[in-house]
Amino acid sequence: MIPDLDTVPLLGALTPTQRAVLAGTGELETHRPGTRLFEEGQPADRARVVLCGCVMVDIPVPGRGSVAVQSIGPGELLGLSWFVPPYRWHFGATVVSPTRAIAWDAARLRELAEEDPALGYRLSLALAEAMLNRLQSTRLRLLDLYRNPR
Amino acid sequence: MIPPAAWLPTRYRVERRTRETADSATLTLRPADEPLAPFRPGQFAMLYAHGVGEVPISVSGIPETGDLVHTIRSVGAVSRALHDSTPGTVLGVRGPFGTAWRLDGVDDLLIVAGGIGLAPLRPAVRHALTHRHRYRRVVLVAGARTPTDFLYRDELRRWDDDSGVEVLLTVDQPGDGWTGRIGFVTEPLAAMPLDPGRTIALLCGPEPMMRACAGVLIGRGVPDHRVQVSLERNMQCGTGRCGHCQLGPLLLCRDGPVVDYPVAAGLLSVKEL
Repeated sequence: MIPDLDTVPLLGALTPTQRAVLAGTGELETHRPGTRLFEEGQPADRARVVLCGCVMVDIPVPGRGSVAVQSIGPGELLGLSWFVPPYRWHFGATVVSPTRAIAWDAARLRELAEEDPALGYRLSLALAEAMLNRLQSTRLRLLDLYRNPR
Repeated sequence: MIPPAAWLPTRYRVERRTRETADSATLTLRPADEPLAPFRPGQFAMLYAHGVGEVPISVSGIPETGDLVHTIRSVGAVSRALHDSTPGTVLGVRGPFGTAWRLDGVDDLLIVAGGIGLAPLRPAVRHALTHRHRYRRVVLVAGARTPTDFLYRDELRRWDDDSGVEVLLTVDQPGDGWTGRIGFVTEPLAAMPLDPGRTIALLCGPEPMMRACAGVLIGRGVPDHRVQVSLERNMQCGTGRCGHCQLGPLLLCRDGPVVDYPVAAGLLSVKEL
């Protein structure tokens, strides 16, 4: 059973009715640590919001193996590539602790957004907010603010 | 009237030195003379390394024994001398100075630390643990450059295991074997469950970090007057006389370091103020 999406801050921009539509089309996934969810270059066919647990987003670097660049935790969106052509993952993802997530068929979610522009707009706003937050956080990480200034 | 302890250093002896990270150490100081007045979480002392100089350092522990605990990062000549002090070394201490964290009249206490910013917040966490029944929820979000750059790693683990504090640690750069969060502290703040009207937030770390965190929290509905930040400038006299720590209309040694965000917001966005 899909939990109440009203408690997911990421979806706060949607109306209760729109959240109910999303809840009706999503499914609950549970994953064990070590599960590989997707690989770079594969079709981005699933949208997920993590409810509990942790997923590591990584990229292969020659000589260093898979390098983790970001973790996705409770309340966060796992992956954005499913929303923008060419709908292929830019990074890989592995589950690192027991994880529950709400997952949607990405093509179905895009259809819903096309059919109902109000839903599509609100969903786009939610995704833009998630992207903006991630972009700003990444910029702040680039500043290396915690380094020793000596 | 300014008490003499504000001007004249009181002798404290280094009782214990704990290495925290590659560049930070925690000193437990025991009074060699009459102890200073009790410190409150968020306040700072002027620590004097004899023959080298004096710097402001927030209190990072307030034991009931009358000892003082300070965590010092080695970044310059004076802080290096303090950081390198060994047990038995006598230091001069003036204080307590400045404003303290306001910790009462709240249901949910959200504490956000970046890097060495965890040091001035540790007494607030300990206070919340001592009075845990007063709070509905206590959350600590702490960020560091790498996993080995976290201060108080054993204590963080204890808090997380069994104390009723939700501890969320996140790093900019993971090392081998790190399975915790990777990302900036703003990310868990944006996604975590929050009851904005019942939350008070304490922020300490680099100013861009505090600005970004305040922006996320206020965006989520936390009233700006319920966000407190700890600011740092060139504190010298500690009593609001010399003016070296002026930030706009504030003298931070007296009016800070802990300031409500509505007061700080406009000042933090001015370049080179």
